[in-house]
Amino acid sequence: MKRRDFIYLTGLGTAATLLPGIPVFGNPISPEKALERIDPALKKQMADVALNAARSKGATYTDVRIGRYLNQFVVTREDKVQNIVNTESYGMGIRVVANGAWGFAAVDKLDKDSIARAAELAVATAKENSRLLSEPVQLAPQKGYGEVSWKAPIEKNSFEVPIKEKVDLLMNVNSEAMKAGADYITSILFLVNEQKYFASTDGSYIDQDIHRIWPTFFATKIDAATGKFETRNALSAPMGMGYEYLNARPQDKINGITTLYKGRYDMVGDARAAGAQAGEKLKAKSIEPGKYDLVLDPSHLWLTIHESVGHPTELDRVLGYEANFAGTSFLTLDKWQSGKFNFGSKLVNIVGDKTQTGSLGAVGYDDEGVQCGKWDIIKDGILVNYQTIRDQAHILGLKSSQGCCYADNWSSVQFQRMPNVSLQPGKEKKTIDDLIKNVEKGIYIIGDGSFSIDQQRYNFQFGGQLYYEIKEGKITNMVRDVAYQANSQDFWNACSGIADESDYRLGGSFFDGKGQPSQSSAVSHGSSTALFKGINVINTARNI
Amino acid sequence: MAILSKEEAKRILEKVVALSKADGCSASLGGQDRGNIRYARNTVNTSGEDSNTSLSVQCYYGKKSGAASINEFDDASLEKVVRRAEEVAQLAPENPEFMEPLGPQTYGPDSKTFSESTANIKPEYRAQVAADSINPAAAKDVTAAGYLEDSKGFFAIANSKGLFAYNKSTGVDFTVTMRTNDGTGSGWAAATHNDVSKINPAIISKRAIDKAVLSREAKAIEPGKYTVVLEASASADLVRLMLGMNARTADEGRSFLSKKGGGTKLGEKLVDERVNIYTDPWNDDVPAAVWAGDGQPRKKVDIIKNGVVANLFYDRYWASQKNVAPLPFGGNTIMEGGTASVEDMIKDTKKGILVTRFWYIRPVDPQTLLYTGLTRDGTFYIENGKIKHPIKNFRFNESPIIMLNNLETLGKQERAVTSEGSPNAFIPSMKIRDFTFTSLSDAV
Repeated sequence: MKRRDFIYLTGLGTAATLLPGIPVFGNPISPEKALERIDPALKKQMADVALNAARSKGATYTDVRIGRYLNQFVVTREDKVQNIVNTESYGMGIRVVANGAWGFAAVDKLDKDSIARAAELAVATAKENSRLLSEPVQLAPQKGYGEVSWKAPIEKNSFEVPIKEKVDLLMNVNSEAMKAGADYITSILFLVNEQKYFASTDGSYIDQDIHRIWPTFFATKIDAATGKFETRNALSAPMGMGYEYLNARPQDKINGITTLYKGRYDMVGDARAAGAQAGEKLKAKSIEPGKYDLVLDPSHLWLTIHESVGHPTELDRVLGYEANFAGTSFLTLDKWQSGKFNFGSKLVNIVGDKTQTGSLGAVGYDDEGVQCGKWDIIKDGILVNYQTIRDQAHILGLKSSQGCCYADNWSSVQFQRMPNVSLQPGKEKKTIDDLIKNVEKGIYIIGDGSFSIDQQRYNFQFGGQLYYEIKEGKITNMVRDVAYQANSQDFWNACSGIADESDYRLGGSFFDGKGQPSQSSAVSHGSSTALFKGINVINTARNI
Repeated sequence: MAILSKEEAKRILEKVVALSKADGCSASLGGQDRGNIRYARNTVNTSGEDSNTSLSVQCYYGKKSGAASINEFDDASLEKVVRRAEEVAQLAPENPEFMEPLGPQTYGPDSKTFSESTANIKPEYRAQVAADSINPAAAKDVTAAGYLEDSKGFFAIANSKGLFAYNKSTGVDFTVTMRTNDGTGSGWAAATHNDVSKINPAIISKRAIDKAVLSREAKAIEPGKYTVVLEASASADLVRLMLGMNARTADEGRSFLSKKGGGTKLGEKLVDERVNIYTDPWNDDVPAAVWAGDGQPRKKVDIIKNGVVANLFYDRYWASQKNVAPLPFGGNTIMEGGTASVEDMIKDTKKGILVTRFWYIRPVDPQTLLYTGLTRDGTFYIENGKIKHPIKNFRFNESPIIMLNNLETLGKQERAVTSEGSPNAFIPSMKIRDFTFTSLSDAV
């Protein structure tokens, strides 16, 4: 379970208010210890102890996850290192079906007796839970894969890069942002390695190695005379990549009104731009509220996709399992069953995908041993599918799970989590400039900002990092105090242009929360720049 | 195992501190036993218990520090964790803001953070809470989804300068959402306390069922500025947003407490003069530990006094830079209330909106503390002193500073459960004029 393992990043100053409550699971370790590996043969032996113990107590299905979760976070502000966190969390989670009900137990002492006791506890819990059961667990069939492995195709393991190199990078980022005009900057490197081993009574023994990286910063400029301040956040994306993400090549840069990044990221270059743009934001014209055509960059649009498409197509929300916290969904089963629910315009094609290279959601197999794939969720604007796991697949008449099961730790129970949910690029050749030149009155929005959406995912409001006014097909000047409000279905039906594949980029969330007790997951959302016609924009300036 | 006595904790921590060969060493030892039950679709989904004890050690050489932790407490393990913290400290870069640990402190009497009745919660109690929620819901064609979590634990710290502090606490949190089976009504209610005998989940569940049934077939009204009666949860959802009154960000010019031309709003009137907010670890309705995590003593401190900013929080480093006494964040928040009940405030309203709770509240502008979010699970139109009918949910764009300048009436205080957790706060319901709703939501 989670809260006990939280070591909140302390002493973060502004970062702590910008990133509230980021949990760091596990125990502090030395950086070198993160490079040690655990032999899969040993993990198989431990898994077999659990599988056999559960079976002998009456489990009809058992899966075992042996997880080693490594985090390294480097936090700096201006010319100081504020915190370096190295943590490791290692243990086993055992999930069983007995008497038709789920049971779960977790253990961090991995000797034979402790494992067997935990397996027995999981079975006892399942039997206890079965007394309150209204319908027995129905698992979609799943073949065993035997002994297999999957490794994220990274070029450079971030945990092998010396801390000093990381500190030097962040110090350079901070210094360049301040030279360019920022008064304050906090910069952070979040690095994650999940070493996961899965075994089940279906006959799978799956060893996986997953890497994630998120370099980010917040650069602030103060105007003491007016008492105003503005912050420009990094335009990076969290990625399922190694340290190579920080080695941007010329082909990774898109040069426009500001430099955008595709696949790899120049943190120092972006910090330089941010330092200057924080000052520009202070001087920008306040937006006139009204209807605007919005041209949304992938560094912004990912979050709108996440909130208005990703969450409402989670089948557990649709069914009511999250009703007491995150909420339910407007995409009810009858809308899907009708086969003609008009979610968006005909241009809108959205896929669920657990395979895309470099994405946060990419794995070979999910946390219940299902090989991952890719499927349509919105096809030509129509709702055609959801996101499911093994005990939900029968509800949609599916013969197998879509592989969306995930737990954020060995000690957490796996449940349905979002795959990468991405807007497919336009089929016709079209650039960002092609979209802008057809806009008479519009706003070009770059970067993610403020976000909020209701518990059924109808009504949302989003802000960004950079807003540029478009008049008669041309970008004129920077504006400020912008937020747009819409209904999800109206918004996606207003989609009237999507740039082609050459502009396709990923954004994502490193810490997406769901469930009670809450679990965190990481997920990417891809898109090309897209145009939405006639969206309501409000002015957010106030005086206090 | 999870709850060690003061003496047991002290014995382990003193042993750890004595093992360190670094310039100095701080150690903390904490443990918690937790239980929960989660239900949805009128059936229990998961239930369980867990237990954990962990020792964290921080060693330092000059301004270089390193930390390590462990969950085994034999002599060899204690030695191992101290050596590892020393190794990490030697590898770490210097942190110019590092502060050496405090020496021995004098604390006030223990506060009532621990309750035997909560510590004795058994799985049968949790199952009964679920049954008392699901059965009455099913009888009214309503579907229940709820979550109960209880905990008991302790936390102790010690360091090489001789400081030692210990606290034990319990807590129980219960939230429930009831949805009518026709999908048009939803009601929510919640309770939290250190002492489980002070909450009644069956009554909470009934309140949520009644709200769900009353909120069916909501009508749409135009967004705009309205007088609102905020139930205590809704009040707390917004008041909590202004409590991060950090001196450093204000001094740096990047806070709603920074002033035009430089300086901070300390000592200036910020909100209506009837607003009084303070922290006090000995408040029995919302007790907190009498010491902060770094060992500083907590005391009763005004945050807003008669609408004026009375204090800003200084961490030890920033206090040393500004040559003032440090003031740690409090462990609780108390906002003084009035005598009016929610019903009284409704009776006294010609035209307005009753808000049960808010949802998905996120910052829009840190300069003005503007936030956006939505109403959820029970929003009603008030006309001529009566609830006229349920209304569709609204999105708001509002700042708690503006809201507390538009204060009409303060109601009775309640232990707050907000949309994303229990902030250990005792906050009144309230009536506010000119609250800004900017759009309609179809969400139920």
